[in-house]
Amino acid sequence: MSSNSNSHPPEYELSQSGRIITFRAKGSWTLRDIGPIDEALSQKLEALDYDAVHYDVADVSELDTAGAYMFARAVRTASGECHEWEVIAGSTGQRTLVQAAADAVMGRPPEPTRQWYDSLTNMGRASERFFLESIDTIAFIGQFFVVLFKMLLRPRTIRWKSVVALTEEIGLNAAPIVMTLCFFIGAVIAYLGANLLSTFGASVFMVDLVGVSVLRELAPIITAILIAGRSDSAFTAQIGAMKMRQEIDAMTVLGLDTFEVLVVPRALACLISLPILTFLGMMSGIFAGMLIAWLGGLDISPILFFARLNEVVELKQFWIGMAKTPFFAIIIALIGCRQGLAVTGSVDSLGARTTTSVVQAIFAVIAVDAVFALFFFQMGI
Amino acid sequence: MALKIDKTASPMEARGILTQFGSNVIHEDLNFHLPRGEIVGLVGGSGTGKSVLMNTLLGLKEPEGGMIRYFGYDREELSAEQRFELNTQIGVLFQGGALFSSLTVRENIMVPLREHTDLPVKLMRELADMKIHMVGLPPQSATLYPSDLSGGMKKRAGLARSLALDPEILFLDEPTAGLDPVGANAFDELILGLREAMDLTVLLITHDLDTLYTTCDKVAVLVDKHIAIVDSLPKVIAYEHPWVQEYFGGPRSRAALSAGKT
Repeated sequence: MSSNSNSHPPEYELSQSGRIITFRAKGSWTLRDIGPIDEALSQKLEALDYDAVHYDVADVSELDTAGAYMFARAVRTASGECHEWEVIAGSTGQRTLVQAAADAVMGRPPEPTRQWYDSLTNMGRASERFFLESIDTIAFIGQFFVVLFKMLLRPRTIRWKSVVALTEEIGLNAAPIVMTLCFFIGAVIAYLGANLLSTFGASVFMVDLVGVSVLRELAPIITAILIAGRSDSAFTAQIGAMKMRQEIDAMTVLGLDTFEVLVVPRALACLISLPILTFLGMMSGIFAGMLIAWLGGLDISPILFFARLNEVVELKQFWIGMAKTPFFAIIIALIGCRQGLAVTGSVDSLGARTTTSVVQAIFAVIAVDAVFALFFFQMGI
Repeated sequence: MALKIDKTASPMEARGILTQFGSNVIHEDLNFHLPRGEIVGLVGGSGTGKSVLMNTLLGLKEPEGGMIRYFGYDREELSAEQRFELNTQIGVLFQGGALFSSLTVRENIMVPLREHTDLPVKLMRELADMKIHMVGLPPQSATLYPSDLSGGMKKRAGLARSLALDPEILFLDEPTAGLDPVGANAFDELILGLREAMDLTVLLITHDLDTLYTTCDKVAVLVDKHIAIVDSLPKVIAYEHPWVQEYFGGPRSRAALSAGKT
């Protein structure tokens, strides 16, 4: 690189007299030069047996801390005992550098990796974390309800401004994407139904299929998963960044309750947005089903489609779908906020928490949906 | 073409620098140079653009006018590869330390070594540990992450990283801000010691009058959008400018001055 284009490579000479070795060096001893001689020098020094080192560095043209460190190798390597050293020829600056290098105390080497041990440890840690996480999440939900009920008793304490702003962000801005996705899903189900059922000559039953599946399951769960990916990650990142910049600490000191200021508005915004989004999703899915039934080669006219829909799909399917949305809303908002508040100082933890947050939210949404399905089935609804 | 660094050339020289954000002019016709082997303290009121000046000198912000030369080379005229080499001659300590939070202290210091040299990893580790020792951190801090360090330790670790490649020029942005007086004194001593050992040219941005009195060979005053004077402290104190008079004539300055003299 720059400095060794015209400088001399590092050279050295070790001579021993009695228990003293003389380390005579010349050439350029800098960071860019010492790489090649590192190994050989160490080996040579290890082969020698001595008590003291004399440095003759008067002929060294360039010296930096890395070069000085190589000199100090002689003091370091010698079988761990305390050694005397002296710079017998050299400038003050060189002496200072060698002094600094000889004094340096090494830190612990990095932990060696033990494959089996580490993977076992990681597994253990992961399971422990899973339990602790679950307990913490449940505790967080409990705390949220306590604060929420307190605030409901005094509705003036609810920050409606931020609730409205967040509803715009979570609800209104997500409406196009939710409707588009539900449209596709509705169309796919309609095609699937049309194909399968036409083999029995019962293609008109696809109206039942689209109606029930979109209203009862697909629209709520697609919306919830989408919002989990979209808003939950935003909650974690926002709150996490606030935590990293000590804004959360500042709030606490100023007497603001983080639950009141950050968590409750987000949860309320989700509670408002999710049912509306789900409703839009349902309409969009049904509309897609109707289009496929009409134009997709089945010749079921919209009038027939809606007549059939009215006849076979009861209103309760709609309400079953809608009934799940507040639960999803609370889950998404609380997991996002909790993970955000759990961020610590490092950038890594922000990334890890955001990932955890989205994964947990989607997992929880699907798990809760399964529980609901089981519940409704057992109740015969 | 490899870059030949002439160590006797003027390390850094800026001429006619113009910086502005929109219509807001920060620096106008700013001339400044660093004398070799000296510690220059840069002072100026809050908002006069000291940090902006540092960023401009470092090439993080392009000036709207003027030119900056390092060791006689105009940064603009260098190829990307040469600029990369030039950067190995410049160490920077940012205000908060700017350590990479996903790496340990030792790994932080090894980053420039990995990037610019091809030394064996073990040797890099040892050199990093030596730098940790040189900046006065305990050896066990090598395996700690920045989030485990106090503010002062972060600054020391940041300094160790900036020294990793044995640079010729060191930029320090408020190195003693936020440190207790004992820590600040120790940091001042450290900078003097390192300058001695590593033959550094240092630009030190500071508000700490004690640091100015004890550490700096020369003081540069950034006022009225340019560097008004670069000279030894007594001459700067005698400089006829209302802001300079206020700055060095205040009770804090007098206290620091008398403490520095005893």
